[in-house]
Amino acid sequence: MAVLVIADHDNASLKDNTHKTVTAALQLSGDVDVLVAGQGAKAVAEAAAKIKGVRKVLLAESDALGQGLAEAVEALVVPLMANYDAVLTPATSQGKNFSPRIAAKLDVAQITDVTEVVDGSTFVRPIYAGNAMETVTSSDAKKVITVRPTVFKAAEEGGSAAIESIDAGAAPAKTHFVSQELVKSARPELSGAKIVVSGGRAMGSAEEFQRVIDPLADKLGAAVGASRAAVDAGYAPNDYQVGQTGKVVAPELYIAIGISGAIQHLAGMKDSKVIVAINKDADAPIFQVADYGLVADYKVAVPELMDALTAAGK
Amino acid sequence: MKVLVPVKRVIDYNVKARVKPDQSGVDLANVKMSMNPFCEIAVEEAVRLKEKGVATEIVSVSIGPIQAQETLRTSLAMGADRAILIQTDQDLEPLAVAKLLKAVIAEESPDLVLMGKQAIDGDNNATGQMLSAILDWPQATFASKLEIEGGKAKVTREVDGGLQTIEVNLPAVVTADLRLNEPRYASLPNIMKAKKKPLDIKELASFGVDVAPRLKVVKVAEPPKRSGGIKVETAADLVNKLKTEAGVL
Repeated sequence: MAVLVIADHDNASLKDNTHKTVTAALQLSGDVDVLVAGQGAKAVAEAAAKIKGVRKVLLAESDALGQGLAEAVEALVVPLMANYDAVLTPATSQGKNFSPRIAAKLDVAQITDVTEVVDGSTFVRPIYAGNAMETVTSSDAKKVITVRPTVFKAAEEGGSAAIESIDAGAAPAKTHFVSQELVKSARPELSGAKIVVSGGRAMGSAEEFQRVIDPLADKLGAAVGASRAAVDAGYAPNDYQVGQTGKVVAPELYIAIGISGAIQHLAGMKDSKVIVAINKDADAPIFQVADYGLVADYKVAVPELMDALTAAGK
Repeated sequence: MKVLVPVKRVIDYNVKARVKPDQSGVDLANVKMSMNPFCEIAVEEAVRLKEKGVATEIVSVSIGPIQAQETLRTSLAMGADRAILIQTDQDLEPLAVAKLLKAVIAEESPDLVLMGKQAIDGDNNATGQMLSAILDWPQATFASKLEIEGGKAKVTREVDGGLQTIEVNLPAVVTADLRLNEPRYASLPNIMKAKKKPLDIKELASFGVDVAPRLKVVKVAEPPKRSGGIKVETAADLVNKLKTEAGVL
């Protein structure tokens, strides 16, 4: 059984999600290849070749692949699947965009957001916002799988796989890239950050959100997150959203400030190693999952926390 | 321009799903059911296109049990013109849903399919992409902004770390993300009017589409429970605990 992993990258650097997906792939097979589909992505392929356990790296380059157009990735991967029994993609917004197309073109089901590989055809995945875990067995000859990267350990470095350039396939005729606006931030990316500081509706305004959450995050070298309620109210941009409908995170430390802990938010952060909740409502559901709870108004607690961190040498 | 809006009846997003004691699935008996929130956003966007004079007809389609008529009536009350229910008590996978929608599209010939990015029960986020692939129509997923002009849809998409804008030729499949709009509440007069709008019920078997499941559900279990920890009295106490006890600072 040979398995293909589709790398997560931004054309310049390889993302850790790839290492994590390789770990899931190695549980299926010893023959794991990594596909880097992009443009000007040679450095990404070189980084992928260093992942321990990778047999070979395939590098396909075109403008459409560099822009991440789903039709282009599908046109590239579907013919490659003649050589593979399974294809694994990290369940990022990019992976979610193209992976179901590959499944449909192969006429197989997609096994979505896998959190555990039981055997070659049996997998565990969350449903209902993580309120239930479903174990499914696939009867399809080829498996198309997206992997929830946060639950797998990153594969180590130390490999030296060969890099093979392959044809990029056809560019889509009916889809055109117009522009991309990525938020530039000195902070770590939310889904891979070791510490996340999140704010909720209690902030009351975008100005207050920035005034309270940003300095604390910067002091801790943390990424900033938000509850859906805060995003819906316009206090924080949508890509901050942690939850079922946003990003799923599992940092070492998650600090929830003024977040009540709706089911949909808990689904996005309950796998964090340590959870801290600061909320003035002692009955807020967030305290049921928090390792450390501080019942206090954030307006008082956050400045005190900043001082305590300074005193502790942070 | 004709817009097709597929909608799904799911557990209400405010209700916590509970696993059945025999681990055969999630208990939906006597649970409040509603239109999937992302489908609601798709219906709203279609209605706005009609109000702007861009869309001329909105057809809403659902695949599910007879009670899914209520979901379709909601879309009619929001502003869809007519509805189709493909009746089945089977729980269909995204690939089967995509194939059925393809069959509906062959009959209806819409210029645009506008649907939710994800249903909050199966959480697959796959049907729109699969439909686009088997139709060989372009796709624009996770839309936060949609403009139709000159036979094209210009779509701003939510991507990791920001926004991407693409242009797709119509006909196309567009899937709605949260920020696309805020769905309206149907007014009472519109709810009354919706009762008189046409709603066709069709048998699943009449489509001749292979909907056999590809995945067998072995079991559905509760996720590992996370037990609540302790309450600390002060911020200094918290920092101390995080440093010495949890070792995360």
